[in-house]
Amino acid sequence: MSSTEIGSFGVEVERAETEARLGPSRPQPEPKWSNLHAPDARLACADAVVVRPGARELRLFVANPNALAGLLILAAVIVAALVAPVLFPGDPLAMTGQPLQWPGQSAGYPLGTDQLGRNVLAGIFHGARVSLVVGLVATALGLAIGVLVGAIAGYFGGWIDTLLVRVIEIFQTLPSFVLLVVLVFIAQPSAPTITLGIAIISWPQVARLTRAEFRAIREKDYVMAARSLGFGSARIIFGEILPNALPPLIVTSSVMVATAILMESALSFMGLGDPNVVSWGSMIGAGREVIRSAWYLTALPGLAIVLIVLSLNLIGDGLNDALNPRFAEDRR
Amino acid sequence: MAAAQRIGRTLLRTALHAAPTVLGIVILNFFLLKLAPGDAADAIAAQDGSATAETMASLRHTWGLDNPTLVQLVTYLDNLAHFSLGTSPHWGVPVIDLIAQRLPGTLILMAVSLGIAIVIGLALGAVMANFAGRLPDRLISVVSLLFYSVPGFWIGLMLIVLFSVTLGWLPTGGAGAIGSRLTGLAAIVDKARYMILPATSLALFYVAIYARLTRASMLEVQSQDFVRTARAKGVSPLAVTVRHVLRNALIPITTLAGMHVGAMLGGAVVVETVYNWPGLGRLAFEAVMGRDSNVLLGILLFSSLLVIFANALVDLLHAWLDPRIGAHA
Repeated sequence: MSSTEIGSFGVEVERAETEARLGPSRPQPEPKWSNLHAPDARLACADAVVVRPGARELRLFVANPNALAGLLILAAVIVAALVAPVLFPGDPLAMTGQPLQWPGQSAGYPLGTDQLGRNVLAGIFHGARVSLVVGLVATALGLAIGVLVGAIAGYFGGWIDTLLVRVIEIFQTLPSFVLLVVLVFIAQPSAPTITLGIAIISWPQVARLTRAEFRAIREKDYVMAARSLGFGSARIIFGEILPNALPPLIVTSSVMVATAILMESALSFMGLGDPNVVSWGSMIGAGREVIRSAWYLTALPGLAIVLIVLSLNLIGDGLNDALNPRFAEDRR
Repeated sequence: MAAAQRIGRTLLRTALHAAPTVLGIVILNFFLLKLAPGDAADAIAAQDGSATAETMASLRHTWGLDNPTLVQLVTYLDNLAHFSLGTSPHWGVPVIDLIAQRLPGTLILMAVSLGIAIVIGLALGAVMANFAGRLPDRLISVVSLLFYSVPGFWIGLMLIVLFSVTLGWLPTGGAGAIGSRLTGLAAIVDKARYMILPATSLALFYVAIYARLTRASMLEVQSQDFVRTARAKGVSPLAVTVRHVLRNALIPITTLAGMHVGAMLGGAVVVETVYNWPGLGRLAFEAVMGRDSNVLLGILLFSSLLVIFANALVDLLHAWLDPRIGAHA
């Protein structure tokens, strides 16, 4: 309906125009009728207040030296993973030199070679790829499943909630690493099955967290408002509740990546890794056989794991401090 | 309400709550067993080296492996009700016997690790809370973050390098001196020498968790009125910390310790492999190497039951410690 069509209705037109303008922009003051209207809250609000989502959190995060250090280490590992095929072309599992050279013994092998003459430095660079990919993909999958299940359980409640909580409980009762070993054993070890296995054991934690958040947020006024505007369930879940439930999920996800990397390394240490790619865990497993004479073969890949997991935990702590200021006060 | 009545009620509620979970786990376990590559007949055939299709079929018929899945599920449940988890093709022994033989090793290792983790974690956490924001707090928080990030199997190997290979103080693995006839105190010392490295490797991760949790919950309790009252009436600072603050901070820690039983079992799998510790974890590893899915799934089932049992125990402990918890159930 355009305003020219109903131009003869006088006052009605003005109201219609006001309503049309009520959308995104501030309504203009109307001198003629201002004394008849209740003051519009949006007229009183100052122009200067600009809400940039995430700006305060970002500032807090960047001001945190621990978090920045974590970010730097993680960036270094990502760069190492990206340049691995350029710096060390060819198969890192191929024999290239004299076996069992100690770090620094030969200029061509800064970190030495293992008992089969494989370059340790090349292995560590290539191992970063597996750790990162498995960690990130498993976390993404786990988050997707967990958020979906938790959102459905928390938003709808009732019997579907009871059922899903039961399923979550079953998965949380099964010792997760033992379950992971069984799953990988059944599905045959390879990078995709390990990733999927880690996702399967990590989603219940996300689901539980999401469900708790959804149950709390579902009662808030803005959700009620969205519902009374006739929004569908999917739009309320993903458009209204999920963005507000994100902070704890973001913190959890960085710790999940760290846990996934630890799990992958433990699996490949036990010989349940992908046999065709080099991984830090499998390097430790192989180095263990000669631990008495060449302990550096065990120590170096382990240090790489410690560094990346530490960086992710530092980032997780920083995110937690930035996103949950209530808990941050006592920490600094 | 009498404590006994409260505990009885908690026990009943826990049992009712756990029953469907147990059933769900058993059924999941059954289907995982079905998915596992190769059945018992395949395993026997592989061990014999020669088996015709006819003998395989007759073996399958004997064990009911050619029945419909639902019938097999009922048989499986029936066997479980008689505490039978099937026979291990790899060892040729009933699975339940293997597990019973290895269970004490894992339980002792877990108990010692949990003990170490709680004692050291509480101590570190108390120090951190006492010096909140100052140098000791920061130092310990960095160290605990490091503990939290180190893979247990790797720190285990590094401890072996340091204490066994380089210094030669402690044994590299196993659970006791072979063929020793030590008795009394000497036997206990011998056991402890074998125990200390694996238990420490397993405990470090949990030391970090308990230290941070203790710190957080002590800081929370410290600001409460009854602590101020205790200070005002002249109780010494040490007594306030230990008797008033730490005691109340213990409740979330016991809850978490109960929840960690499952995760600790997982950690034990890897640590036992490192130290050749004769427990469930190494049995799981050997089952993987021997491609013995019967044993592997038996361990999964058994350890889940262990987790349920531990959770029930923590519930009971809480009902006994804190009257408010059982009262409104």
